Amino acid sequence: MTDDLETLRAALKAADPAPDPERKAATVSAAMAAFDAEKSAIPQGSPALVRPSHSRPLGARLIDGGISMFHAMTSRAGLAATTGLVTAGLAVLIILPQDAAFGPAPKPVLPEPVLEQEEAVEADEILLSDGPMGGAALEVAPMAEPAPAMETRAPMLAKRAAPAGQEGFAMSELAAAPPPMDMVAALPDAPDTEAFANEEASGVTAVADQPVSTFSVDVDTASWSVIRSSLMAGVLPGRDAVRIEEMVNYFPYDYPAPALGGAPFAPSVSLSPTPWNPDTQILQIALQGEMPAVSDRPPLNLVFLIDTSGSMQDANKLPLLKQSLRLMLGELRPEDQVAMVAYAGSAGEVLAPTPAGERATILAALDRLEAGGSTAGQAGLEQAYALAESMQEDGEVSRILLATDGDFNVGIHDPQALEEFIAARRESGAFLSVLGFGRGNLDDATMQALAQVGNGQAAYIDTIAEAQKVLVDQLTGQLFPIAQDVKIQVEFNPAEVAEYRLIGYETRALRREDFANDKVDAGEIGAGHQVTALYEVTPVGSPAVLNAPLRYQSAETADGGTGELAFLRIRYKAPGGSESRLIELPIPAEPSAASVETRFATAVAGFGELLRGSVHTGDWGYAEAADLANGARGADPFGYRAEAVRLMRLAGNLAN
Amino acid sequence: MRMTTDDEALARAAAGGDRDAFAALLARHYDRLFAFAFRLIGQRAEAEDLTQDICLALPAKLASFRGEARFTTWLYRVAVNAAHDRRRRVASHAKAADGWGDWEIARRAADAETQEAVGWLEQAMSRLKPDLRETAVLILAEELTQAEAARVLGISEGTVAWRMSEVKKALRALAEEER
Repeated sequence: MTDDLETLRAALKAADPAPDPERKAATVSAAMAAFDAEKSAIPQGSPALVRPSHSRPLGARLIDGGISMFHAMTSRAGLAATTGLVTAGLAVLIILPQDAAFGPAPKPVLPEPVLEQEEAVEADEILLSDGPMGGAALEVAPMAEPAPAMETRAPMLAKRAAPAGQEGFAMSELAAAPPPMDMVAALPDAPDTEAFANEEASGVTAVADQPVSTFSVDVDTASWSVIRSSLMAGVLPGRDAVRIEEMVNYFPYDYPAPALGGAPFAPSVSLSPTPWNPDTQILQIALQGEMPAVSDRPPLNLVFLIDTSGSMQDANKLPLLKQSLRLMLGELRPEDQVAMVAYAGSAGEVLAPTPAGERATILAALDRLEAGGSTAGQAGLEQAYALAESMQEDGEVSRILLATDGDFNVGIHDPQALEEFIAARRESGAFLSVLGFGRGNLDDATMQALAQVGNGQAAYIDTIAEAQKVLVDQLTGQLFPIAQDVKIQVEFNPAEVAEYRLIGYETRALRREDFANDKVDAGEIGAGHQVTALYEVTPVGSPAVLNAPLRYQSAETADGGTGELAFLRIRYKAPGGSESRLIELPIPAEPSAASVETRFATAVAGFGELLRGSVHTGDWGYAEAADLANGARGADPFGYRAEAVRLMRLAGNLAN
Repeated sequence: MRMTTDDEALARAAAGGDRDAFAALLARHYDRLFAFAFRLIGQRAEAEDLTQDICLALPAKLASFRGEARFTTWLYRVAVNAAHDRRRRVASHAKAADGWGDWEIARRAADAETQEAVGWLEQAMSRLKPDLRETAVLILAEELTQAEAARVLGISEGTVAWRMSEVKKALRALAEEER
């Protein structure tokens, strides 16, 4: 008797045909469109709740559809070239009466799938009629033939899948991964409009050729959060999303604080063995910014410049942004002032400068924000700078906080022009920080450029916990600069060092002569900020030396300075100052055992090297990185380091 | 490649609007869903269509995933419901198309043994009423426990056990006819 069942089991198990790949791709892509439509229908601020009805105006929903369709149909360049046209089209849609009888009436959503067949039929209608785009097309099409929406999407899919290797994040890793999960088919429709700023990793430089290494400090942390969000979704981040200096600088370190009355930050250096190479050493350069007494801080003028374009309505964008700003409001003082500019189809002042004490007014303005329309970034920036200027009084600090998913499509087409635009306005004294939200079309390159040029920081906020870190725990550093245009220059002693390699900071490299040129812009340091830079150095005579000596160049070294590995020079300006000051510090050549802080920073840097597919780490892998970091967690009061260890292990699993 | 982030976490993230998480879920489960649909229906094109129904329904349905059940259990439930809807719709349209009576794979199978087995499966499945069929697929092919199958189908465990005994009966009847 059971034999019959066993036969049936075997036969059923054998009935396992492979799905048709084209059909699969089309379905996955249609499902992603349905997902976008569904998510765009979720009302703001309640991501966790089931809200079946469309509480947003019809106009906004139509725009969503228009935008997602538009994203699906054009390449990035095409998008920039033709957005003006679409904006016009969308503007027509906006003026439709909002309560007209278009679109599906609100319908109840089933709390759980149920068995009863009568209800089941209704359920089917609900899911097919929901959403402005894919759903509508599918509803009218008989199921026997492919719906029109899918027909048009399939070729696009093929087209965009092709260049994925260079552009999309995580594409190359996925393509190279073994087939069982078949992520390749699923992902082309995913985050293909993301752009990340990165440069080739700096190679090993022979000291004889180029004894001086110059770069600007960087206190951004966006890269770490982006990597975390990728790993948590089960994919390795794309190589260009990995900026090692931002990963290292994400974490708080226990560095010596600057002496009172001296420079606003204290440098410290250490030399220790490299975990992944016994024949090289890690030179760590650390800066610790002073933490002025919080009660002494000058009044602050904050202009929130908030992207309310259609792409911002995902739960992890505008709703998260609102929550984050609410958190931050609690940290402000009554004498601080807040203003708000929203930019979407057109830029507009949402909140005139208001004392931070009037919480109700500010919160109400925040609640009124609603996503819809495309992005007019330039007009928004213009207005924000004008507001900041009008609020500025002597002794006050003004800062614009730009919150966006990075879609700067309308207004300025050329990133270069955008940078020039901001460079011209930063003279007004207002700082510009950029908070990135959401994935999908995160234009990390633009964000990075904006913050870099606007004398600010770029951070990426993916969870409310990250908002807490950036906007509450480290608020003072975010908002109060203590030093500007901070540049670091290291001159290596050829008697001690044969080769060196700066880990990370590729996007921050400066020319040697720019170091002393006060006109050349560089990064700023905020109150309490920490900056860590790591060099991998190869001592003279080490078997790890890669560059063979040259025949015609004399290897003669200058006398003196023996016992010194290198000489560190730091230039900075006081906030608002125009003349730089110089700090100098010799670096001793005697290595010591790595401190906890050095070990952790090195583990994170090594992790970054692994994610970038670096050749320098050899056999050293994710497991070794996780072990090294785990042994160097220190006090870790906020649990950041524990999280890093988890992510390293996760990446190890994903990479196998 | 083993994905360490679990389905439940992905589903919650997707319900909260995380596009990547939704893409990852689709990628992980599409093949399994298709195989399940195929076993329920026994016809490739219909199974593709059913899989599409399910995938397109997921974004809206995800809101109801609260994580108290395992994601796969929940997904089976969504799939079974979608199969019901589909059967109902097809039945109301025209002839009651019954997939397992017209199985193209059977015609394609080159291997004689497979062909024989497939022919038997076709016969067996076409003898089962739809509710017995889906119960048998869940228990035998998808290897759910009776308790899990009961949760998926929204019936009691006793009913699952009874249905399986009915399946057995039908198979025995088939075996006797063949003799």
